Amino acid sequence: MLTNTFTIQNPTGLHARPATLFVQKATSFPCEVNVIKGTKKINGKSIMGLMTLGAKMGEQITLEITGEQAEQAMEELGKLLMSVHG
Amino acid sequence: MLQKGIAAAPGIVIGRAVVQKDEMVRYERRILDQDEVAPELGRFRESVRAADLELEQVKEKVRHEIGEEEARIFEAHQLFLQDPEFIGAIEEKLESERVNAEAALEEVRDSFVAIFESLDDEYMRERAADLRDVSQRLLKNLLGIHDQLQADFAEPVVLVVHDLTPSDTAQLDREKVKGFATNIGGRTSHSAIMARTMEIPAVVGMSDITEQLQTGDLVIVDGLEGEVHIRPDEAVVAAYEAKQQAYWKQKEDWARLVHEESVTADGHRVELAANIGNPQDAVQAVENGAEGIGLFRTEFLYMGREQFPTEEEQFEAYKAVAETMGKDRPVVIRTLDIGGDKELSYLDLPKELNPFLGYRAIRLCLDRVELFKTQLRALLRASIYGNIKIMYPMIATIAELRRANQILDEVKAELRSQSILFNDHLEVGIMIEVPAAAMIADQLAKEADFFSIGTNDLIQYVMAADRMNEQVAYLYDPYHPAILRLVNQVIKAAHQEGKWVGMCGEMAGESLAIPILLGLGLDEFSMSATSVLRARHLLRKLDYKSLQETAQHVLTLESGEEIRAFIKEEILNKL
Repeated sequence: MLTNTFTIQNPTGLHARPATLFVQKATSFPCEVNVIKGTKKINGKSIMGLMTLGAKMGEQITLEITGEQAEQAMEELGKLLMSVHG
Repeated sequence: MLQKGIAAAPGIVIGRAVVQKDEMVRYERRILDQDEVAPELGRFRESVRAADLELEQVKEKVRHEIGEEEARIFEAHQLFLQDPEFIGAIEEKLESERVNAEAALEEVRDSFVAIFESLDDEYMRERAADLRDVSQRLLKNLLGIHDQLQADFAEPVVLVVHDLTPSDTAQLDREKVKGFATNIGGRTSHSAIMARTMEIPAVVGMSDITEQLQTGDLVIVDGLEGEVHIRPDEAVVAAYEAKQQAYWKQKEDWARLVHEESVTADGHRVELAANIGNPQDAVQAVENGAEGIGLFRTEFLYMGREQFPTEEEQFEAYKAVAETMGKDRPVVIRTLDIGGDKELSYLDLPKELNPFLGYRAIRLCLDRVELFKTQLRALLRASIYGNIKIMYPMIATIAELRRANQILDEVKAELRSQSILFNDHLEVGIMIEVPAAAMIADQLAKEADFFSIGTNDLIQYVMAADRMNEQVAYLYDPYHPAILRLVNQVIKAAHQEGKWVGMCGEMAGESLAIPILLGLGLDEFSMSATSVLRARHLLRKLDYKSLQETAQHVLTLESGEEIRAFIKEEILNKL
């Protein structure tokens, strides 16, 4: 299992468009992706989970990735979280 | 018969109604036998695939006919269909409770809708509507109901329905559907936004319009006033035909003015700017021909959340507006105007007896210096991306202005020591909304780079009348001589020192006020974006030279009524 923590850079947070992109990316990998904020942990392939997590810009979230292609998934999802646009 | 609703998309349409009542989706909740579970699961998965395929088609159609932004709504719907939490919960319910797919779907949908709607976030509450829309599509697929809405018509029609989901709106035949009226919905609902993009007149929130009209009835939808005329007689139709013609002509006239200068018939140039409340509004401002942002209210950054916005967050928002407006168009950003009646849950302020006269705006910022500094840092850092100007609200004394500028200088020094770039020459002005500031405008003008008159608050302070209180509403009059004389005094004082003066209250966009303000020498008029082209159209017909005399005469009149009547008869009616 890989874990890594990121600070969200997008001004709209992990919301709307950025959330859509995240879920699309996560779904393209076979591995399991969990997103953790504080005490909440959700399935990173669930748009509803991600939206109800309500992660805002400047907040820290942790990705917990298990399974096939975990490293590549961590890299690409991390990039999305760190990007300002989208 | 006339019925009022909410104006969702401008324009007027006169035509025959097609009324479509929502076909009630009926099914029974059923407990399955054990051997029925697997086939039911298969049936459910098949309907998910079918709905996904439909969405793919709708998305492409919308992308092609309306736009990328609107098409994304359906991309989100597709994600709901792929959502392991949503679809997984339905499948689990189906299997563990052995209920039919329709019941499992609706029960799971309701629990998610309840979660979305309970969130303190407008965006998330709107997503509940998306979830309902996509669930309805799924349900109709399960029940084998194919047509969501009759969308093909032989003749041009006015569509009258309970509600239009994004899916419905996207399927409308734009050649035939000339307008619509709905029972529910608001100005920011998807259907309203899409109607504006598609440029078809719409009135929403009519409560029972589907009961008032029958297919074939003559109907007028007035998307300008938010009114629907049910079976109008000939005289009403004739009046609306004239109104429709006038609207089309006006629209053409105004559209031509988007890139024109704001200059009077005799060549006097002023700036027509827009008031905005968030960075997205700036795009609309540019589309409507605004030459700048005269007031960017920064409160949106602070409201509806649990802690203060970070410097980064603010920086991004200010930078976004500066970049949208470009290097030339000025952006006046007002520092935080919170406190008093505008509360923040995370800023624990004592209840006040008289919030409008209390601890708010610059008074609060000068007391909570760290809060103020964070905003100033973000503003300064964003200042290199465009033509940003800073404006302090509620200044009443020269000491307040000096103290605010002193804090600004401290922030500048910090940035310099960290080698962070900013525009050292950015203009710093003040809002004139406290009568005391208007009275000492000559002194303030020596130290402020510009003034912007905030009439909304200035009027209620000068007249000692709360504009929300209907019993004293007659006193809340922008045309009262006391107001106009103060405005005159402020403009003169600023010009004496070579400074410019703007106005960012509602008044700046009013057709009756523009000739007076122009005559008094106002340099910048900041209004809602949708008023800019109307104002420019008027401005280009006015004569600055003669209005200077007119304005001085107006200052001698004795009441607001007299002044309004004078401008109407002597100026506007003669154009």
